[in-house]
Amino acid sequence: MTPTGIQTQNPPIQRKLRKQNLSPTTRSQRNAGIVLALPWFIGLILFFLIPFFVSLYWSFTNYSILQPGKFVGFSNYVHLFHDATFLKSLLVTFYYTVFSVPLTIIVGVGVSLLLNLKVKGQAIFRTAAFVPSLVPVIAIMILWNWLLSPQIGVVNWLLSLIHVQGPGWFTDQHWAMPAMVLVSLWTGIGGSTVIYLAGLQDVPQDLYDSAEVDGAGVFRRARHVTIPLLTPVIFFQLIMGIIGALQQFNLPYLISGGNGNPNNSLLFYGIYQYQTAFSYLRMGYASAMAWIMFIIILIITAFVFKSQSRWVFYQGAKER
Amino acid sequence: MSKSMKTIAYIVLIIIGLFSIFPLLWMISTTLKTNSQVNLVPPVWIPHPFDWKNWIEAVTYIPFPEYFGNTVFVSLLATFGAMLVCPMIAYSFARLRWPGRNIVFALTISVMMLPSTVTMIPLFVEWKTVGLVGTRWPLILGAFFGSPYYIFLLRQFFLGLPNELEDAARVDGLSEYGIYFRVMLPLAVPGVLTVGLFQFMASWGDFMGPLIYLFKPSTYTLSLGIQQFMTQHTVMMQQLMVVGLLTTIPIIVIYFFVQKRFIEGITFTGIKG
Repeated sequence: MTPTGIQTQNPPIQRKLRKQNLSPTTRSQRNAGIVLALPWFIGLILFFLIPFFVSLYWSFTNYSILQPGKFVGFSNYVHLFHDATFLKSLLVTFYYTVFSVPLTIIVGVGVSLLLNLKVKGQAIFRTAAFVPSLVPVIAIMILWNWLLSPQIGVVNWLLSLIHVQGPGWFTDQHWAMPAMVLVSLWTGIGGSTVIYLAGLQDVPQDLYDSAEVDGAGVFRRARHVTIPLLTPVIFFQLIMGIIGALQQFNLPYLISGGNGNPNNSLLFYGIYQYQTAFSYLRMGYASAMAWIMFIIILIITAFVFKSQSRWVFYQGAKER
Repeated sequence: MSKSMKTIAYIVLIIIGLFSIFPLLWMISTTLKTNSQVNLVPPVWIPHPFDWKNWIEAVTYIPFPEYFGNTVFVSLLATFGAMLVCPMIAYSFARLRWPGRNIVFALTISVMMLPSTVTMIPLFVEWKTVGLVGTRWPLILGAFFGSPYYIFLLRQFFLGLPNELEDAARVDGLSEYGIYFRVMLPLAVPGVLTVGLFQFMASWGDFMGPLIYLFKPSTYTLSLGIQQFMTQHTVMMQQLMVVGLLTTIPIIVIYFFVQKRFIEGITFTGIKG
């Protein structure tokens, strides 16, 4: 996601003007540009750059809200690697990411291909698919906690109709994570479907037509025309999905009542970090946790970017 | 497409639709159940009789108008901030030349990848330093200084607008600000609405922000209010569902009003130029 490849403004008139060294237009453009972007200079510094460096510094101290911290070198980082709870939370988060991200992408692409078919009632289906992403997280939590309740939940009742004994879902340490993945799929599909649908509108119709002339059926057209052309959007969703999944906090926090139970099976990284920072006020330790996650995200993102050349297909690439 | 394929597509679409909508219908049904009907197995689909008093109990058990007011206050101001400031910044990046612009834009893209967990704690301390922790302002003021994702989205939008407009406006003697406010901004309305909807949804349903920054009940938002229906031993299910619905409905209503422009806004207009 570097700015290269994205069109920048460079009309010939301005290029000519630049030679005359600060013509009135250039000067007024420069002034207006800086004035209009001014809020962001402040925002970038206050809300991103300062916190970024401050948390890096704190991660080397034992700072807590109550007292100023002393410099402790790498001790926070060393402690973390011997902290069983920390390692558990890392594992839980990876487990979630590995299952939820690919599943959300596969289902999301599948659903949007279906929603892109010209069938009657398309608008209704599209709206229906989007509705879950409008529900606030707290309402989602209550709803699904109840639907998936082992004794009185509707899901287990439906399963009992086909003579399947439903699991304990969120009350069972082995089933809590699959339940979590299911719920995040329900909430996540709507938003990602909108993005894929937008991407699908850019697929040129003549490519379909020629594929149809060549005798390609629905599935072959999806596999060899649509999905390759959708890979840039899938790539964007993959990056955003991984970053989002590794930082998942709201849902597991609410579902587990803030503690990641049963038996820490929902102790996400974000929950443990939140507890460390705001319950135990160990800001230095929590900052070190944040930085470890930042580095993990950087490494994974770099890998995904590197894999790009193997599977992401850019329509305009050859023409440019 | 063959006829049998079409039938299969329909069946799958209906299953997906039900999977999406069913939990919400269930929620509505629950709000009208009596206590004895709530936990029945097999479940009661259509409650009989309708128990409307759950709705009254729900909005009187917590100070609903106050929490609702707080949520509206926070969401509207944050949305106003994002819709005011983000297009300005995006326009500046897309169409105005100033020294250092590309470096600042590269930085903007980079911080988009910064996990919020890295900045969360120092941000808390910053707000504490200026004495605003415990008030609603930390949930609002940030939106008035731009947000990288929205800036990026809107920049793509402005890049897609034709140059001739700008040149013509300049010949007509409009100032740079005039060009922005009177020519360019009106053309970017779908994009600005999209950003507004995203910000509104984010503020309205935000849980972590209020959890960290609010601790006086008089400042609580609905997200925190819903929690109060869950006590150590019991959950007031019907009342909780009422407030859950009342929290969801405003978003759905707003979505219906802006959805047409919203779809226009999300299409990757401008990426191809």
